[in-house]
Amino acid sequence: MGLSRRQFMQWLSATTAAAGAGFSPAARGAAARVVVVGGGFAGATAAKYIRMWAPDIAVTLVEREPEFISCPLSNRVLAGVVKLKDLTRGYGKLQARYGVRVVQDEVVAIDNAAQQVQLASGQVLKYDRLIVAPGVDLLPAEVPGLPEGSERILHAWKAGPQTIALHKQLEAMHDGGVYAITIPKAPYRCPPGPYERACQVAWYFKAHKPKSKVLILDANEDVVSKKGLFTKAWTERYAGILEYRPNSEIVEVDAGAMTVKLAFEDVRADVLNVVPPQRAGKVALDAGLVNANGRWCSVDFLTYESTAVKNVHVLGDAIMAAPQMPKSGHMANQHAKVCAAAVISLLRSQAVSTQPLVTNTCYSFVSDKDVIHVASVHAYNAEKKTMEIVQGASGVSAVASELEGQYAESWGRNIWADMLG
Amino acid sequence: MRFSNAALILMVLAVPAVAADNDNVNGRNWAATCTGCHGPNGRSDGPIPGLIGLQKAYIVMAMREFKEGTRQATVMHQHAKGYTDEQIERIAEYFAAQKLN
Repeated sequence: MGLSRRQFMQWLSATTAAAGAGFSPAARGAAARVVVVGGGFAGATAAKYIRMWAPDIAVTLVEREPEFISCPLSNRVLAGVVKLKDLTRGYGKLQARYGVRVVQDEVVAIDNAAQQVQLASGQVLKYDRLIVAPGVDLLPAEVPGLPEGSERILHAWKAGPQTIALHKQLEAMHDGGVYAITIPKAPYRCPPGPYERACQVAWYFKAHKPKSKVLILDANEDVVSKKGLFTKAWTERYAGILEYRPNSEIVEVDAGAMTVKLAFEDVRADVLNVVPPQRAGKVALDAGLVNANGRWCSVDFLTYESTAVKNVHVLGDAIMAAPQMPKSGHMANQHAKVCAAAVISLLRSQAVSTQPLVTNTCYSFVSDKDVIHVASVHAYNAEKKTMEIVQGASGVSAVASELEGQYAESWGRNIWADMLG
Repeated sequence: MRFSNAALILMVLAVPAVAADNDNVNGRNWAATCTGCHGPNGRSDGPIPGLIGLQKAYIVMAMREFKEGTRQATVMHQHAKGYTDEQIERIAEYFAAQKLN
């Protein structure tokens, strides 16, 4: 064994800095307390892994919904291939198997000076470390003319009632109608999601309403994810049904006329699906964690601790990701494990691991069965203090295949089990 | 300059902390990057292969073949290139040590 003097001094300063941040919970003579806000891919995973790796730490998970519903795979609900209940899981095992205290409630305020979270029920939760995983908030107010809370023009960008409502709209639409989806400028949650959705609707039309059309109005200048594979699917499978239009930022929505005004034309649709611009969830904004472009939360990629507020960590879609780190459920699950390990080390006044790895695998269904993926592995660059794709460790499918369709379904069951029990 | 083991031990005893960059913790953390697809602790539901309880040598060999492109893959030839040989060793040790029941 041997450490260079420099390595040793770095390690020494890291540990003493952590120890000096205040009285450690152990020194206080009580179990350390972690509160996790948000029970999605990031928050649920963090809560479970902290308890699994450090059963001495008390973990409370605050989630406003009674059950978890997966956004990944939910575009298939629109094609009628799966039901939302197939993508729904409970929080019961987190509590029963891992001893996570799950509280169905909403956060009203975070007081970092007092290190406590105030809930809508009036309950106050004290924490030594807080993990905020609020996902994204959709910002319909940023789309001129788009009525907030419209039941006719849906986003369906959070799996739930809107997903079912959009499916019903497609079912009710006459054969020969037009479905249009608008995509905001990147970054937004799930880069390949809108293109997969267009494929699912086109597949449904081809099978059930062959005179109908799918129109993608993309505010971006090109397909944001898996371009070659999506373009191939659209040309080979959905020619005459699906049309892709880049540089199509919405100027205004006319809800009454079901029309989207673009710079040079007006587009009318029978089913209009507007995916609005997005920002880190409101709870992160209120807590002062949003410090990147007015939208996202910058974090230290060794710990996922906020660069704005000490003792508070941010995970998942809400963070200002490193380049090429997509806002995906898989990534959120990976952030959570790095954070869980770091939070345990910090609470024990130990040095944090300096070699985190995160991976991404995003599957997209281009038909009812055929699937394509994009994958990558990201390692920490200590000099730049960021995550970077390891050379050669990224890529997409060679072709769409049923085999990857089976893997995608297996992936869903495995990652839900990884986060929830 | 480098410290002797004895000097290091003395210095370690002098601070109330243990380094996290040790084999066990890193192996555990790196193995956790696999479980998003391969299931909790490597226990898989469905056609994605499980990793729990596999022999260390088998995992190391499979990952080397994925890296070299000699083992058939849809996605693992891309993932395998993201891990160093040391990381693969630690990950393989971790899953080999997990018990099926």
